[in-house]
Amino acid sequence: MRPFDYAVPTRAEQVPGLLGKSWGEVEILAGGSDLLSLMKDEITTPKRLVNIKQVAGLHAISNEGGASQLGTLVTLDRIAAASQIQHQHPMLASAAGDAASPQIRNVATIGGNLCQRPRCWYFRTGHGLLAQKDGKSLVLQGDNRYHAILGNDGPALFVSPSTIAPVLIAYNAKVRIIGPRGNREVPVEKFFVIPKTEQEREHDLRPDEFISHVIVPPAPGVRAAHYEVRQKEAFDWPYATAAVALTMNASTVQSARIVMGHVAPIPWMSTEAAQALQGKAVTQATADEAAKAAVAKAKSLGHNAHKIHLAQVAVKRAILAAVGAPPAGGAA
Amino acid sequence: MDDLPEKPAKHEQSDKPKKSKSSSSSGVSRRDFLKISGVSAAVPLISHVGALAMAEGEPAIHGPGKVPVSLNVNGKKLSAQLEPRVTLLDALRDQFELTGAKRVCDRGTCGACTVLMDGKAVYSCSVLAIDAQSAQITTVEGLGEPGHLHPIQQAFIDNDAQQCGFCTPGFVVATKAFLDQHPNPTPEQIKHGLGGNFCRCGTYAGMRLAVMQAAKTKGA
Amino acid sequence: MADDNTKYGWPAAEQRTLIGKSISRVDGPDKVSGRAKYTYDVHRPGMLYGKVVRSPHAHAKVVSVDVAAAEKLPGVKGVYIIQDKGSEIHWAGDDVVVVAAVDEPTAADAARLIKVEYQPLPHFVDDFSEPKNVAENTGPLTQRDLFQMFNNDAEDDQVIAAVQKRGITFKVTPEMAQRMKDNEVSNEVIKALQAAPVKEAETTDSPYKKETEQVKGDPDAAFKEAEVVSEGVYGCPVITHCCLESHGSVAEWTDSDHMFSHISTQNVSGLAGQFAQALKIPESNVHVHQDHIGGGFGSKFGIDRWGAYTAQVSKKAGGKPVRVMLERDAELEVAGCRPSAFAKVKVGAKKDGTLTAWQSDSWGTGGPGGGGAPPMPYVLNIPNQRKQHTAVATNIGPARAWRAPNHPQGCLITMSALEDVAAKLNMDPLQLMLKNIALTAPSEDTYHRADTYRDELMIAADLIDWKKNWHPRGQGTDTTKRGLGLAIHTWGGRGHNSNCELSIHSDGSVNIKIGSQDLGTGTRTAILIVAGDTLGLPIERIQLNLGDNQYPADGGSGGSTTIGGVSSSTRRAAIDAREQLFAKIAPALKAQPGDLEAVGGSIRVKSAPSRSMSWKDACARLGTQPIQALGKNPGPGDLISSGVGGAVMADVSVDTETGIVKMNKMVCVQDCGLIISMKTAESQVYGAMIMGIATTLYEEKVMDANLGQMLNPNMDFYRLAGIGDVGELVVHMMTGKGYDERGPIGLGEPPTVGPMAAIGNAVANAIGVRVPFLPITPDRVVNALKGGNNATV
Repeated sequence: MRPFDYAVPTRAEQVPGLLGKSWGEVEILAGGSDLLSLMKDEITTPKRLVNIKQVAGLHAISNEGGASQLGTLVTLDRIAAASQIQHQHPMLASAAGDAASPQIRNVATIGGNLCQRPRCWYFRTGHGLLAQKDGKSLVLQGDNRYHAILGNDGPALFVSPSTIAPVLIAYNAKVRIIGPRGNREVPVEKFFVIPKTEQEREHDLRPDEFISHVIVPPAPGVRAAHYEVRQKEAFDWPYATAAVALTMNASTVQSARIVMGHVAPIPWMSTEAAQALQGKAVTQATADEAAKAAVAKAKSLGHNAHKIHLAQVAVKRAILAAVGAPPAGGAA
Repeated sequence: MDDLPEKPAKHEQSDKPKKSKSSSSSGVSRRDFLKISGVSAAVPLISHVGALAMAEGEPAIHGPGKVPVSLNVNGKKLSAQLEPRVTLLDALRDQFELTGAKRVCDRGTCGACTVLMDGKAVYSCSVLAIDAQSAQITTVEGLGEPGHLHPIQQAFIDNDAQQCGFCTPGFVVATKAFLDQHPNPTPEQIKHGLGGNFCRCGTYAGMRLAVMQAAKTKGA
Repeated sequence: MADDNTKYGWPAAEQRTLIGKSISRVDGPDKVSGRAKYTYDVHRPGMLYGKVVRSPHAHAKVVSVDVAAAEKLPGVKGVYIIQDKGSEIHWAGDDVVVVAAVDEPTAADAARLIKVEYQPLPHFVDDFSEPKNVAENTGPLTQRDLFQMFNNDAEDDQVIAAVQKRGITFKVTPEMAQRMKDNEVSNEVIKALQAAPVKEAETTDSPYKKETEQVKGDPDAAFKEAEVVSEGVYGCPVITHCCLESHGSVAEWTDSDHMFSHISTQNVSGLAGQFAQALKIPESNVHVHQDHIGGGFGSKFGIDRWGAYTAQVSKKAGGKPVRVMLERDAELEVAGCRPSAFAKVKVGAKKDGTLTAWQSDSWGTGGPGGGGAPPMPYVLNIPNQRKQHTAVATNIGPARAWRAPNHPQGCLITMSALEDVAAKLNMDPLQLMLKNIALTAPSEDTYHRADTYRDELMIAADLIDWKKNWHPRGQGTDTTKRGLGLAIHTWGGRGHNSNCELSIHSDGSVNIKIGSQDLGTGTRTAILIVAGDTLGLPIERIQLNLGDNQYPADGGSGGSTTIGGVSSSTRRAAIDAREQLFAKIAPALKAQPGDLEAVGGSIRVKSAPSRSMSWKDACARLGTQPIQALGKNPGPGDLISSGVGGAVMADVSVDTETGIVKMNKMVCVQDCGLIISMKTAESQVYGAMIMGIATTLYEEKVMDANLGQMLNPNMDFYRLAGIGDVGELVVHMMTGKGYDERGPIGLGEPPTVGPMAAIGNAVANAIGVRVPFLPITPDRVVNALKGGNNATV
């Protein structure tokens, strides 16, 4: 890790002034579990860390007429345990409680979760976010078993690592961003962007901005579930995840939001899958149809065709879980 | 802006940090930083967001050189001069000779460095020492010692939940945090509640028994 | 000899007070409380911290090294160039320069200032692709070639023919001939080697090196006659040891030619010579110490390049202690690979399951040197065989011994092929195994090997309820399918050379010194159990010192040789010391020394137990001269044996949509002769199974072909099993008659062998198709179910 100076603002307004003008100059320290790893590997080498944990007003979970407002510093552990979240946005509580490990959930913040960097093994071993060498993609030439199957037409081939972001998008949540010019709010689905150059990041923040809150709108009657295809019981990066939120009209789906994680450089909202389900009752067959639609445009990079199949399974199972249907077949 | 006087850094701790020199050991001085970023650390850009910040003081900035760091570990106050980049794990091990927490992956994955901060299990490799100053820290040494072992530690011995023992302190501490939250755990809860630690020798069979035994032991 | 056996032999079952009992490991309290000090925890006064500059290239020449800026950085106390200009690098992550500084951040800053220029050379890291069009190796045989042939039990006439035809690349010295003789190489072979023409070794650009084909019986005829022939491809990738305590040491110079190393090692007594050679100082000037070690698994026998340069940079820093522990990425990149092994296999059998023919074309890598052929067919000596191995030289990193070298690979390939034969015959693989069990016993079998396997299989089958739970392949319509699989395995495990010094003092204290090490296998506990049982004392009354080369020398802890070594040297020392004590007090008890026994903390007359003396009182009669006894292994009496068997059965569930394999249950039934320490022995077996689960389902050293670098040098993507991934585990140790009289035999390796094969077979049984390659990840299962080629990634 390289040396840096360490700033401890106490109020949100102080933060933008402490941040840099371009990415990498300054990093925000919240939970720190991802950031410190990146700094130890010198993937990021900031000259300054801004520890925002002393900033007032970023720690609270509040209820605003059925909406959950989460300060950016709320930890995954607290989200999982909060009765308000369990009651109003159970899929969020459950996804937060299933993320990573207890030690990480105790420190990882919701804001940090959204801003964590990709786990692409070329990126993490120092070959850049886009992993280009001599103008060629190391990912395309190399081992892309975990890489993107959607949104993979450009140079970015990593997958968005957050397991919480798809859940927030399914709930139609937004983030509040504070910058030098004041506040703005952005839907989480718009927050993530696919970078085209090494100088960009994977989201809509500018270098001198930070997330102050995540706001999850009321979801009365929404039936939601997420599903993660993960080989190990705990603490393992998934092959694919899916978050599904269904607004029901009696027994048929009035509208659906279906979002996949770990399949694209951003959380991937599938309008195709949502449309496939709209106006229909959820059955094995309609769930299957929607799941197929979700990956209809997916494309293998050579070694990751299995992810197309696994993402499809994740979507199907999340849809079925949302309405409480047992997964196909059942356990042996 | 280059001529702005450096403000002494402020911190919650009473000890005033020495003005960080443009030490060549770090390769970067604070003055350099001001040049590079074009941002004045001493004068936050509060003009955009009103004058409130000025009224309540400016954000403290420490380092990059050594600054006084004071930790509360196992009920004792421990102080040292550390650069901000020193992790809690390295401070415990190299400054205070508390080597129970181990450095294995050093990337927040393996759990061998687990300590309690305010009763919650954390990876001490992924916390900066300077950022751990307000917390009550408990390491495996603080749970018990030979002759006065904690029931969890005794349960690990009774069920031979260790071989080389390098992951053991992390597991013991993680188990403490886990049982505090789940006094009567189910096997399913153990799978996830202790999912943040890895053992290479393969002692999970004994560990599962140890956790159940400790849960049954009063005072665990 | 009979007298020695009577004198030193192990006590009869009814007389054992500690041996074979479940006793908690004696270093448990230190370990659970964080007090146990490992090398990584050593903090010497004034200690400096090392940081290593490593090559990013897998194959390169070092063109220049500039350390000037680093040397000038305040806080830097020493810089040592490990591989200077002109050196050739053979794997990414190889050590080039080491810096010692007052603290770790400073060392890191200094390392960053070092400029190394490389001339990259072509690298090769693909061990997975089947070697194609590999030229027959006709050049002279190297020592390595011969070693491979011996290792594979090549027939003498084949070895002699090859030696005569191809010549050899080395001269057979008298010492070499003697060593071969000691290792049971036949006189005919030695003679042929001595007579063979010595030629220059052939060099080649090809990474592939075809080894001599080995033929036994008449495989062509046997395949022709076979009623069923099953073909398949199987294999497992390179994995790494991933010791939680990385490799490394703290070195210091106590004066200009005395070096003291705290080092993480499996070989405390064996390192001084290696250090002496590297540092050019007398062996007697090297002090090696280690209290605890955080895992080795076969990868920590040498001082390694880093052991040497840690001492070198300490010297540069005026002899100050310097700590260099490998960082995790380096630990995974450079500190040890288990060789990969892949094979195309053909097996011939009769309709009733009798195995008649084996053919294998195998390949694999152990790094730049290529790597050895796994023993195949494993355990079952099928009468007709043809085997061809091709070693693949790669820049993946250096191979190291990994628990039971080559056996897990050979077992996986063989047992998978046999399960496929059983499936083809629509036969229960347990029946197939039992039908052929006689093939496990060599003709001169003194150890009832086939019977042991049969007994172990039957017990394992009971424990996993094989009869009820086994079904023919791939049945059922549920998404999640369950399957059972099995494997058997073996290992030698004869005790190594060992010296144990035991002293009894006039205050009753007992002290043991032995230059061994406790890898977490329970060596400390076992030594104390033997001494306590022999002296009639509780283990708390005996002080044990190990982990230092100033104690009597003991072998390295590898190949499951420690328990046999230390238990027998300790037994002999304790018997001799006890005898001396008896002689001292016999007059006072009005008895002959031979009539005395030490039981329950006192010494008494066997025929008249009321005539006794407490241990303390007895020792008080020693006066100023403590008793000192040196026990050795080998030594008088037959105390140990070699050769064990084990059976593993696995029960898995496979989600056929996601391809995720879950362990339901695994059973291991294992013999290891007389068990000294039951609790830690069982832990060894549990550990072996868990390690096997990780290897089968998760572990793989992933290399990028373009970069020649490891893509997962971290514990995020170099994945180990977690506590939730291992299912129910059952261990059954074979004990009692038929086992105890063989004396202790090592246990570290054998149970690590079978799990991969058993789990792989259970998966095949569950889903109805073979997943040919490990790790059995979701992608591979999904591809196998789709009937696809599993050569993904």
